[in-house]
Amino acid sequence: MIKGKSLIEANDFSLEEIDDLLDFAGKIITREKDYSDLCKGNLIATLFYEPSTRTKFSFESAILRLGGQVIGFADAMTSSVSKGESLVDTIQTISYYADLIIIRHPKEGAPKLASKFSKIPIINGGDGGHQHPTQTLTDLLTIHQLKGSISNFTIGLCGDLKFGRTTHSLAKILLQYPGIKFVFISPEELRMPDYIKAEIGNNRFEETNSLERSIAQLDILYMTRIQKERFFSEEEYLRLKDSYILDNNIMKMAKNDMIVMHPLPRVNEIAAEVDQDERAVYFQQAKYGMYIRMALISKILGKGRKL
Amino acid sequence: MINVSKLKKGIVIDHIKSGNGYKIFRQLGLDKLEDTVVLLKNIPSKKMQVKDLIKIENDIYLDLTVLGLIDSGVTINIIENGQKKKKIKLELPRKVYGILKCKNPRCVSTIENVGDIEFTLVNPATREYQCEYCHENTKL
Repeated sequence: MIKGKSLIEANDFSLEEIDDLLDFAGKIITREKDYSDLCKGNLIATLFYEPSTRTKFSFESAILRLGGQVIGFADAMTSSVSKGESLVDTIQTISYYADLIIIRHPKEGAPKLASKFSKIPIINGGDGGHQHPTQTLTDLLTIHQLKGSISNFTIGLCGDLKFGRTTHSLAKILLQYPGIKFVFISPEELRMPDYIKAEIGNNRFEETNSLERSIAQLDILYMTRIQKERFFSEEEYLRLKDSYILDNNIMKMAKNDMIVMHPLPRVNEIAAEVDQDERAVYFQQAKYGMYIRMALISKILGKGRKL
Repeated sequence: MINVSKLKKGIVIDHIKSGNGYKIFRQLGLDKLEDTVVLLKNIPSKKMQVKDLIKIENDIYLDLTVLGLIDSGVTINIIENGQKKKKIKLELPRKVYGILKCKNPRCVSTIENVGDIEFTLVNPATREYQCEYCHENTKL
């Protein structure tokens, strides 16, 4: 049961709980108006210790579309942090005002620390490059909605698979679903870590550095950005940053029903011309991100019963 | 060779890697004991060539976690009536609290007072522990 639970890492929820969320999000998508008062009377705190337009708007629109209300800050310098207040003290105070806290923080592990001291549930809205569990739920809902189920497909994860933890948590959850095969597409230097490959098992993945040679077998292509801040040397970043650029020529080799996903923001790993291709679903993904957050907030507040 | 008489009752911490004896002595707070304590350094050893050794003439509580972290190769002999009553072989502890610090500059523990961090052993061969907050590995 999700009611009253915190979400710090994607695997905090069981597969059953995730499926429950995906089903509920599907109901909201089809009959959104029926749920517009579901969280009426609830106050939700959004504590954004670092700027993030997309995630903040996604959470806040989710809350408002459920009839809930929002308090919070979008920049730590406009809060009591600027007076030197610790995260733990802020959380203990806000716990008495709101029903749920959504926190985004540049330091890794900050939401976990917050959850130890909070009297109310915490949702991790991203802690540096560490965990971003609602992104994983967004990805799952996108697949569920656009492919009809989460089973029996081949997914290509492309780009920075070494440091990109979005792909790590997505892969770890997807491997629990039946018939999922992975193709890891990356330069040698940015390979998927061994411990994740060991969890997946040799018969369920293949590894390549060529997007062109592998795209034809994919049902889903998940592109990622190669992040500058992960590199110690500028030279190495410059050498690897344009390893993959998905354009219309490469898209011609893909299946007609393949979908292209991306957690956004993109830099230049997907050419703008691909946006017009109906298989490009990365902007729709943002829409599903709002719906899964609506489902998540409702369920945590104990409001997710069938109407 | 310096000779130290046999213990009648107490603890012998043996097979300490040369150089670790003083660290263990300090970490266990043996300087604060009023009992007789002997720290021997660089004793010739068939197995280790040279080793350190500590004898404590009393049965005190030993924090095996601290010992395991400093030198998991040591053996502990509990002596009673001049005889070895029990031999304890140490292993790296699976969980460690309050001893290690996270070295990841992006970890929340570097800016907040988080208290004792739980570290979990992830690789005994490389003696790596994982921080509960940022999941980065720290080597001993």
